Amino acid sequence: MPRLGSCQVPTAFRTTLEFTLSVIESPPYETPTRSTAPPRHRRTALRASGLLMAALTLLTVAVLSMAVGAKQIPPGEVWHALTDRDAAEYAVVRELRLPRTLLGLLAGAALGVAGAAMQALTRNPLADPGLLGINAGAAAAIATATALFGLGGGTGQVWFALLGAAIVTVGVYAVGGGRAATPARLALAGAALNAALYSYVSAVMLLNAAGLERLRFWTVGSLASADTGTVLRVLPFIAVGLLVALAAARPLNALALGDDAAQALGARPAVARAGVILAITLLCGAATAACGPIVFVGLLVPHLVRALTGPDLRWLLPYCALLAPVLLLGSDVLGRVVGRPGELQVGLITAVVGGPLFLTLVLRTRTTRS
Amino acid sequence: MIVIRTPGRLSVRLHPRVLAVGAVCLLLTVGVGVLAVGHGEYPMSPADVLRTLTGGGSAAEEFIVTQLRLPRLVTGLAVGTALGLAGAVFQALVRNPLGSPDVLGFTQGAATGALVVVAVGGSSAALAGSAALGGVVTGLLIYLIAWRRGVHGYRLVLVGIGMSAILTGVNGYLMTRVPLMSASRAMLWLTGSLDGRGWSDAVPLLVALVVLVPALLACAPALRMTELGDDAASGLGVSVHRMRMLLLAGAVLLVALSAAAAGPVPFVALTAPHLARRLTRAPGVTLLPAALIGALIIVVADQVALRALPGQLPVGVVTGVIGGGYLVWLLATERRAGRL
Repeated sequence: MPRLGSCQVPTAFRTTLEFTLSVIESPPYETPTRSTAPPRHRRTALRASGLLMAALTLLTVAVLSMAVGAKQIPPGEVWHALTDRDAAEYAVVRELRLPRTLLGLLAGAALGVAGAAMQALTRNPLADPGLLGINAGAAAAIATATALFGLGGGTGQVWFALLGAAIVTVGVYAVGGGRAATPARLALAGAALNAALYSYVSAVMLLNAAGLERLRFWTVGSLASADTGTVLRVLPFIAVGLLVALAAARPLNALALGDDAAQALGARPAVARAGVILAITLLCGAATAACGPIVFVGLLVPHLVRALTGPDLRWLLPYCALLAPVLLLGSDVLGRVVGRPGELQVGLITAVVGGPLFLTLVLRTRTTRS
Repeated sequence: MIVIRTPGRLSVRLHPRVLAVGAVCLLLTVGVGVLAVGHGEYPMSPADVLRTLTGGGSAAEEFIVTQLRLPRLVTGLAVGTALGLAGAVFQALVRNPLGSPDVLGFTQGAATGALVVVAVGGSSAALAGSAALGGVVTGLLIYLIAWRRGVHGYRLVLVGIGMSAILTGVNGYLMTRVPLMSASRAMLWLTGSLDGRGWSDAVPLLVALVVLVPALLACAPALRMTELGDDAASGLGVSVHRMRMLLLAGAVLLVALSAAAAGPVPFVALTAPHLARRLTRAPGVTLLPAALIGALIIVVADQVALRALPGQLPVGVVTGVIGGGYLVWLLATERRAGRL
């Protein structure tokens, strides 16, 4: 579409004018769809079947997560162990592995969708709840609560995590939302915030030996402590967060064109932004409260998914919600296999697996140009 | 600005304000240092301290000052100087006010080195050595990964951030692998502490300072040239990549050795160069004032931790909390000024 320069033209008029110009300038005899891309309905069918594949992959990983561990259960017998009260593995599967798997599903979906929404909101390819310090904000709030009030898990922990996540989300958006903030600068601001918050968390742990004993296991990022109560506590927050994020997909798509164009398309930028910030806060806060600060899931999954779906958030977000848990649960299963007879925490695996991927991303893209 | 020209072709520019700030910092550091040596179970007046230092005290006073209290002070001063200088070099290399070793992963690398020793079990000397090694190896890795026909600011930053995130995961894992007693020892070390430091802790860092401070200061004019951009600096006769490599190596060594001496004291390397720039109002890189202010910050923070706060809090808690607050303020103002 041709640009009209910087003259002040009313938005609606300008849009009409640009559209007319584009029609005039487009060469004649061109079919409405580009010849290389498949027609629209076929593309939709392709994406929908891809979504189905993603769901099947997730199901496979979930079954693996219930089967693999200190006590091996053949994947074929997982369903039997899950439903039959008299099965020998009923207790193991029902009370340990099922909550753990469900928590992995919820937290993974939360982190993946939050990452994708954040990258769209800040228009920044390096946005990630872990790298920008939102998870660390939740961690700092929980550390404070543990030290001051001796808070031990429970719903209170979730609320504190949400508070911490909210403060940092708004702060990061204030710093990184503007157009002047390049990806590298935003990442740097986030890293500095991370350093500050972690040094605070370690100071709290130092002063409080009981807190250290609890928090050192939590700050790695682990699904091991999951029980049914944990899952039920975070479920409502993550469900609401996911719904809000999915509802914001269309306005966010419009916002990618710039505020003026988005308004012309009927979106309300301020409302959309507030909704996305709310969703990110709910998702990151709840996920961090349940399984500790986990990095790289929210960064990598949207990037990998974008190669499949393109930038349309209406497809990107559902794909992320299905494929991010694949990464998280897969890492968890890997940790159980590699760390035998014990296990390695999932936060370590995502850091070690995700880190090199992040580095290749950084070295490949042009964002690193100063 | 005063320019002194010698009959040859040498000329030196002197900024009176920079000199004044440096002198005031030095005086304050000496003053706080004397008070610090006088403070403790056996209180001594500043006059007593000065008399003992010049060789006129009793045997007991002599022992208390030179064997118990002076090592702690000297370690603090050396760590502060090293961190302030390294921070100024990093920020100039990265050309961003937030480029400090805390952010770029060197600190986490040193922590990994230390935690491995805590997990395996080893002496304090082994812990310090391993921490220094961890910092240097991390620096080398970051440099090699970021290298692509030379190393540029933002690629270095992003690779550093990635490494820092990976190492944070590894460190968290190592913390869960040790018994609780070792975990609190590791935690104390990770926060940065000057408790119980003797001459053996200070000497390696002091030797490094004697070598590296003049070397880094000699690079300062070239560093100032690169602020014009790599091309302009090359045109003015600066070998940009070689200079960058030398400066980076020197700064990483300083950070690693100071972590070995006192643990990774947070945020000194971030705040000292800023304060230096703001106070001196000098254009461009201010290495020496940053080093002096770094030393002052650590000595003051250690006294605050000892006297004003309850319990035996390490110096890293104070610098961490104050530095964190300063960082938030910095993010807000730099953002408003459009520099971030």
